[in-house]
Amino acid sequence: MTSEIILQAIVTGLMMGLIYALIAAGLSLIFGLMEIVNFAHGEHLMLSMFSSFWLWSLFGLDPIFSIPITILLMAFCGVITHYFLIRYILKAKMLIQICATFGLSIFIRSIAQLLWTPDFRNVDKPLLEGRLEIGSVFIGQPQLVASLVCLVAFIGLYLFVTKTETGLALQATAQDRHAAEILGIPSNKMFAIGWAIGLGCVGVAGGMMANYFFIFTDVGINFALFAFVAVALGGFGSIIGCLYAGIIIGLVESLGGLLIDPSFKLLYVFAIYLLVVIYRPQGLFGRY
Amino acid sequence: MLLDIKNIDVLYDDFQVIWDVSINVNKGEMVALLGPNGSGKSTILNTVSNLVHHKNGSIHFNNTLISDVPTHKRTELGISHVLERRRVFPHLTVMQNLSLGAWHPKAKEQLSNSLSKIYKIFPKLEVRSNQLARTMSGGEQQMLAIARGMMGLPKLLMVDEPFLGLSPMVMKDLIKIFKNIVSEGISILFVEQNVRLALSMADRGYVLESGRLVIDGKSNDLIDNKKVTKVFLGN
Ligand SMILES: Nc1ncnc2c1ncn2[C@@H]1O[C@H](COP(=O)(O)OP(=O)(O)OP(=O)(O)O)[C@@H](O)[C@H]1O
Ligand SMILES: [Mg+2]
Repeated sequence: MTSEIILQAIVTGLMMGLIYALIAAGLSLIFGLMEIVNFAHGEHLMLSMFSSFWLWSLFGLDPIFSIPITILLMAFCGVITHYFLIRYILKAKMLIQICATFGLSIFIRSIAQLLWTPDFRNVDKPLLEGRLEIGSVFIGQPQLVASLVCLVAFIGLYLFVTKTETGLALQATAQDRHAAEILGIPSNKMFAIGWAIGLGCVGVAGGMMANYFFIFTDVGINFALFAFVAVALGGFGSIIGCLYAGIIIGLVESLGGLLIDPSFKLLYVFAIYLLVVIYRPQGLFGRY
Repeated sequence: MLLDIKNIDVLYDDFQVIWDVSINVNKGEMVALLGPNGSGKSTILNTVSNLVHHKNGSIHFNNTLISDVPTHKRTELGISHVLERRRVFPHLTVMQNLSLGAWHPKAKEQLSNSLSKIYKIFPKLEVRSNQLARTMSGGEQQMLAIARGMMGLPKLLMVDEPFLGLSPMVMKDLIKIFKNIVSEGISILFVEQNVRLALSMADRGYVLESGRLVIDGKSNDLIDNKKVTKVFLGN
């Protein structure tokens, strides 16, 4: 095996990892804020890919141009998810919370299958096509742009949470809801903002992947699994941890596929997950 | 009258812990809320913040009924509450904790003013302004919690067990700070278990036992009162 092939796998893994990181950051933000795991995260990703697909198929909008619309739609979806479901289960037992978001995932997927059938779809001839050849490494253009956009979104998210007033209020609410409330910070509004941003992240990732990924109702499942692993690996509630974890997962997936056997990609990722759970249960950057 | 709690009952689920309690605080007054463990002191402060709802009775602030005002809208009215056990945001810096204390628009406008004032009162907080709150000592965290409460420009500052775990020196400082705050016309309602300490600094005191008011009055009248001693020492 030549070093070129390995380099190729590293580049591919890095690009995928940045996308995983952003999806995981959305999950982590929501979890950190209200200790609720969004088991419908994959379905939300699927919705954002379909949003991009339908905007293209019905209105002829290329995914590159429809991305702001997809982000807004997903943010709105986050707000209504909070308003109609999550705010009723905030004080409920954990099992009930799990059932609620897990139920939501099945609900969304069933509706999607009913409306759109389980067919595979893709965006034909998007503006972003083809690949670059750098040295001996091939880089798909849509993949490259998607991962860069996700990286930029990730940095934006990080700056928002750590540097802005609203971001600090989000952190305060996450760390001590009542103490924040008593200072005048309305937790319910913060939770809604958290959901909007969390699903907005998914909107960026899904919207960009619509350029080159097959779009079908089960497409989110594996992404959600990886996002869960990334959140655990990075440390629950740590956003920066998601970046490292996402990249690690992307690399493990692609290098494992190359060096061992591509049909066991999921296995390698979960092996890493198990190692972390055993040796560093709080994750790489976890506080708990 | 700034704060007027009239005949409130408080229940956790079906379990009543406060019975027919009335407490009032005047402008610029320092009032102590005394009582043994579990007598309901924190519950009363939490009710004034609406973290806990009361049944029956009423709570007026500045002559307005506030019983239904949600917790996050009360700082704006002028109520700051420093919760039991400090509750600073552990993973945020001192400075970030303080600036979150000035959340409502009026307080935000005064942010830099308030900060320089707070730093004068608590010089250590300025030195440590970029330190994470969780790495501060217990006493420093208590100062931070009180300072954060002051950032909301309160008319009434409620403090739950401010002296817990403070060394005598720091305690003396804090007593002085409280006296200064009150001299500016801000009222303080504080919870304390040490009767002598509390009554030596407060204008008036209320003594709770098992959720009921036993006695209240001027500090001087309470300080050697037999009823008060009985509540804390038993028979
Ligand atoms: N969240 C809650 N759920 C149920 N019961 C509670 C709750 N909080 C307090 N209680 C009960 O209410 C009573 C009064 O509690 P509270 O915390 O107000 O007492 P306290 O006077 O502040 O005591 P301490 O001096 O120990 O802080 C206690 O019997 C306590 O067990
Ligand atoms: Mg208490």
